[in-house]
Amino acid sequence: MKKKRMFVRMISASLLRRRSRMIVALLSIAIGATILSGLVSIYYDVPRQLGAEFRNYGANMILTGRDGRFTAGDMAAGKAVIDPKELVGAAPYRYENVRIRENPVVAAGTDAEQAKAASPYWLIDSGEWFSRSGEMLIGAKVADSFRLKAGDKIEVSFTPDDQKQAAVKNEAVEDNVKEFTVSGILKTGGTEEEYIYMSMGDLEGLTGRSDLTDVAELSISATSDKLKEYTERIDQAVPAIHASLVKRVTASETTVLSKLQALVLLVTVIVLALTMICVATTMTAVVAERRKEIGLRKAIGASDSSIIKEFMGESMLLGLLGGIVGSVLGYVFAQQVSVRVFSSSISFRPLLVPITIAVSIIVTGLSSLMPIRSATDIDPALVLKGE
Amino acid sequence: MSLLELKNVYKIYGELHALDDVNLKVEKGEWVSIMGPSGSGKSTMMNIIGCMDKPTKGEVLLDGVDISKESSKSLTTIRRDKIGLIFQQFHLVNYLTAVENVMLAQYYHSIPDEKEALEALERVGLADRAKHLPSQLSGGEQQRVCVARALINYPEIVLADEPTGNLDEANEEIVVDLFHKLHDDGTTLIVVTHDPEVAEVAQRQLVLRNGKIAKEVVNQNFTGKIRFTDQ
Repeated sequence: MKKKRMFVRMISASLLRRRSRMIVALLSIAIGATILSGLVSIYYDVPRQLGAEFRNYGANMILTGRDGRFTAGDMAAGKAVIDPKELVGAAPYRYENVRIRENPVVAAGTDAEQAKAASPYWLIDSGEWFSRSGEMLIGAKVADSFRLKAGDKIEVSFTPDDQKQAAVKNEAVEDNVKEFTVSGILKTGGTEEEYIYMSMGDLEGLTGRSDLTDVAELSISATSDKLKEYTERIDQAVPAIHASLVKRVTASETTVLSKLQALVLLVTVIVLALTMICVATTMTAVVAERRKEIGLRKAIGASDSSIIKEFMGESMLLGLLGGIVGSVLGYVFAQQVSVRVFSSSISFRPLLVPITIAVSIIVTGLSSLMPIRSATDIDPALVLKGE
Repeated sequence: MSLLELKNVYKIYGELHALDDVNLKVEKGEWVSIMGPSGSGKSTMMNIIGCMDKPTKGEVLLDGVDISKESSKSLTTIRRDKIGLIFQQFHLVNYLTAVENVMLAQYYHSIPDEKEALEALERVGLADRAKHLPSQLSGGEQQRVCVARALINYPEIVLADEPTGNLDEANEEIVVDLFHKLHDDGTTLIVVTHDPEVAEVAQRQLVLRNGKIAKEVVNQNFTGKIRFTDQ
């Protein structure tokens, strides 16, 4: 029989035939590995989880034209720079001065679906978003001023540029007029309540001018560094538009994220230290109760290095088993935390399995080093004396 | 040249002379028993001969090598290669089977060989108990495993410290019987014992008192024959 086989036979016998002792040691390692693996999963998933939460606070990037307005083609080129998986919503807005009952109002043309995605916090107080031509969503202040409610019909008029001269000269003016149905009332708590919203097509039909955008609001789920990189790349790729970040959103996202990650990291380090103490204590107890056995091994000819090798082999095997159990339970733990705190599942990171196992083996090995080294100081003569 | 020679050996702890100018020669194949009251220096002498302790003064020549001057690392090697130890408390590894306990000595010495370990167990009459754990064996059986382990590497000397101290009469006979077999095979035996019956079957008896060899008796009736076989 090869020496290696006997080595494996000895350490597996030690683990299997001293089950109750070893289960205690294994438990302490597995619990440490579970919490470590779980916390690291959460640490890496927090930006994604919170990023999705932060996207509820609206757009974090604004595209504007360098020389006034820009085209849908320019916007598409800008959007192409962004990873589609990170792009939550990209709502174009075109603003025009229109009139309702001869009172000036700002009308905004947009894409309802994209506006909903980019500004999820917008509240439709009654009714719903416009969904077809001839419908419009009106701000709560506009609704108050004109005593309008969802379902009402109202004419919206627009004076084309060529007719504005006639108006100045007090001549008869031919406005573009279109009747709209109020689909819903918008409440945001901001200036949006002073506008009316309709589809780009309807606004183009009313004004007679097409393919122009004033501003685009983008909601992107990415880190502030990545967002900054996107703005630079958009500025380079599309000369007609200028991308800028909504600082108050991105900055607070970064602050909250970094604080939360620092907290998770701190807890991870503390757990790591506690695990090491726990494993070291367990291994000290294991060594203490096996003093006789170590003395005997030395008496029958084991060198110090053999004793270290055997005990290290045992503790590293424990580390391996604890790491395997910990990476499975860690994923379950992270999943539970994620579902309870963020209401979404965590993504499985296969790389975390070998990392957890490796860390578990290293931590167990390091924690066992001191007690095992002290084991080699045991005097074999004590065994002979029966002490 | 004697296999073992102690020349003016002292072991001093503060004021206490555990061994006090001990001189002893043990020839190859000899069976020597050491008796003496508690504190007479038996264990100290065993530890020094067994390479687990060093004398304060004097020379201990084992196979011509002065082990009193060796480092603890070389003492481990000498102990592994030349000495077989048998203890009063048996001292088996409790989670290894009988055969694995025997193979443990092979493992530290050279290469573990299960077949050879089983043969050693057969020699001590335990072939059918090879796969049992120490907790499943009687005291006598455990001591026989201990004997098999001590012999497996063909040591120059077998040192037994109170080998029958924890055994009943029947098992004591079995173990002494085994010593006869070992002696017949040419093994050098040094047995420390309190039991006069065990001591007197040896070729030579030494009595230690206050760290000195107080008495030496040569067994004139020693036949070298196995004593208990026919009983």
